[in-house]
Amino acid sequence: MNTTSIMIVGVGGQGSLLASRLLGNLLVNEGYDVKVSEVHGMSQRGGSVVTYVRFGDKVNSPIIEDGEADFILSFEKLEAARWAKCLKKDGKIIVNTQEIDPMPVITGAAEYPHGILDEIASQGAFIDGLDALSLANEAGSSKAVNIVLMGRLVKYFHIEYEKWIEQIESLVAPKFIELNKKAFALGYNA
Amino acid sequence: MKKLMIGNEAVARGIYEAGVKVVSSYPGTPSTEITEFSAKYDEIHCEWAPNEKVAMEAAFGASLAGVRSACTMKHVGLNVAADPLFTLSYTGVNGGLLVCVADDPGMHSSQNEQDSRHYAIAAKVPMLEPADSSESLAFAKAAFELSEQFDTPVILRMCTRIAHSQSIVETGERNDIPRAEYKKNPAKNIMMPAYAKLRHPFVEERTAKLAAFAEDCPFNKVEMNDTQIGIITSGTCYQYVKEVFGDSVSVLKIGLINPLPTKLIKDFAAKVDRLVVIEELDGIIETHCRNIGIECDGKNLFPPVGEYSQKIIAAAFGIEKEQSFTAETAIPVRPPVMCAGCPHRGLFYTLSKNKVTVMGDIGCYTLGAQKPLDALDAVLCMGASVSGLHGFNKALGDEKMKTCAVIGDSTFMHSGITGLVNIAYNNSHSLVIILDNSITGMTGHQHNPTTGYNIKGDPASKIDLETLCHAVGINRVRVVDPYNLKECDAAIKEELAAEEPSVIISRRPCVLLKSVKAKPAVTVNKDKCRTCKMCMKIGCPAISITDGKAHIDATLCVGCGVCTQLCAFDAIE
Repeated sequence: MNTTSIMIVGVGGQGSLLASRLLGNLLVNEGYDVKVSEVHGMSQRGGSVVTYVRFGDKVNSPIIEDGEADFILSFEKLEAARWAKCLKKDGKIIVNTQEIDPMPVITGAAEYPHGILDEIASQGAFIDGLDALSLANEAGSSKAVNIVLMGRLVKYFHIEYEKWIEQIESLVAPKFIELNKKAFALGYNA
Repeated sequence: MKKLMIGNEAVARGIYEAGVKVVSSYPGTPSTEITEFSAKYDEIHCEWAPNEKVAMEAAFGASLAGVRSACTMKHVGLNVAADPLFTLSYTGVNGGLLVCVADDPGMHSSQNEQDSRHYAIAAKVPMLEPADSSESLAFAKAAFELSEQFDTPVILRMCTRIAHSQSIVETGERNDIPRAEYKKNPAKNIMMPAYAKLRHPFVEERTAKLAAFAEDCPFNKVEMNDTQIGIITSGTCYQYVKEVFGDSVSVLKIGLINPLPTKLIKDFAAKVDRLVVIEELDGIIETHCRNIGIECDGKNLFPPVGEYSQKIIAAAFGIEKEQSFTAETAIPVRPPVMCAGCPHRGLFYTLSKNKVTVMGDIGCYTLGAQKPLDALDAVLCMGASVSGLHGFNKALGDEKMKTCAVIGDSTFMHSGITGLVNIAYNNSHSLVIILDNSITGMTGHQHNPTTGYNIKGDPASKIDLETLCHAVGINRVRVVDPYNLKECDAAIKEELAAEEPSVIISRRPCVLLKSVKAKPAVTVNKDKCRTCKMCMKIGCPAISITDGKAHIDATLCVGCGVCTQLCAFDAIE
């Protein structure tokens, strides 16, 4: 099969690492060749962060560029717009509609473009937006935004629901398993 | 067993499987995880050394004693360890010795973009470069065989994209190797002129043998396909080439970067119509091609700066990628910021307010250079804040100017101490502020000699910074809490006025440490807030102006209270 490319984008500290591990490990178990690329270090301090996940029969480059992503999973609204140029014409953006102000907005040097997703959508991009923060809180913790979004993303994959649950059980500390299962289900059914 | 691993974890696995007994390193992005993962294996003694030079010398000692050893560092760390490296090339090894260095093309988390391959050439030691996690494991493991076979340290060159990308790895068993006998051998191990003169010819002979080995070694691979275009490449660039061209071009993939093969390249060049060398940073392979009389394209098509990608390579061959969705509305940038509650914030605010010229250093606190704090004047390399400040102040002489250095606890242990010794010994009225946040922050919370714990988290000897500063000859040493703005302000004013060297230790643990418990978030009393924006001057990501009044994001705020002290209207409660 051709390579499928997923970009996970967000703000440093939002938990995209767990999301990419969940995805990567399951895809390996499913027998795919998989590459996951992330950058650690200074950008993690509240900056814009990107993780690339690619899978297929044989994956070469670990990174994803303009017009190459089948999916963009965005943990924040502005970040979805920032990386939309990487989406394929027929790709899908799954986005947490939460707004997190970047420093230029905080200091008043720039304004947060609240309508930015409508602009991208008007160009013909497929956008699936959800309030993952509220759903995460409903599941029991604002930190579960990552798992809510994962639940939403995998709806588009042809992999059984139970397999995802097994991965969550193997990756997450025992006391957080129930919370994460609930968060995953809320995202999946949203 | 098949497993997804980042390149760094795979190197650690290779180190483990090769039977390594000692790993000594200093953390540095993107190399840090190699040693962290190595420390998970109980069979290996792993440690954080105070700096890369100490780490490499510890690895040298372990090798001399007869066990396989390794040290890891980022590219600029190899500058620090260059001294032992160049002479290790002469002594060679007893147990195999691996030096793993991680370059950072694109400078994701570094102060420069130097190409470590120059070191392998200059020090005349072999260098391997893997292209994915599977090769990271295999090459790390093979490096020890090579090291022992040719009696040389071996460098494994990683780069950010390989170090931090996960791909599938097949793990093997550990090969437990008994310690080789240690025999006193002055002619090999004491590098004084009489013996070193005898070792240098050995190094040259070894390089010749390695060059012959390079012609036919398992690290270099030829993939013959269509012969219109032939590409010589290595490391992560190989993946981009395959992404763009698949099997439609011929490729010579170089795994042994130093020494480079001659006949292999000549034969490959003879079979293809057009030869293109694709390598990030400097044109090392390209220069070698020209030296052996082979014409090729290279840096005429590709830049010597930044990280490459399939897009850059495709563009050089006239293949343009389709743009998809781009907003016309400006999207504000999102640079990294100091965390809410970061203990450095209060101190930097105070320095900025007092208009102090600040020599900065390497760590999270380099972010103090950004607006609105705008607190730094210069950042060069590890430790340069302290030694640079001394020179700056000597240049000023009797001219009055408010100056200081800021340096983290780990960076101070790395190479700040010697600068402080110089300040005391050569007497400049310099103020050094040690930002002691009880951890190595930037690289992701590694212990260091000031934290009281070792890499495994077990209790360890703890350096007392106050005593250390006194011992090198600083009489004025005081401790402040950076959450207390008045205390910081008074201390900075007093120490700047002092007619002798002084040290302020700004002490407060990193807010991201699990042991640090957040206080309840503060809130803005909208009735009291006059929107004077004083609270905005500290660049806290939790504070914004919403609907005309200051607003504090309760999910980010840790109740540090720095903004509370700034509000003249007591609006933050």
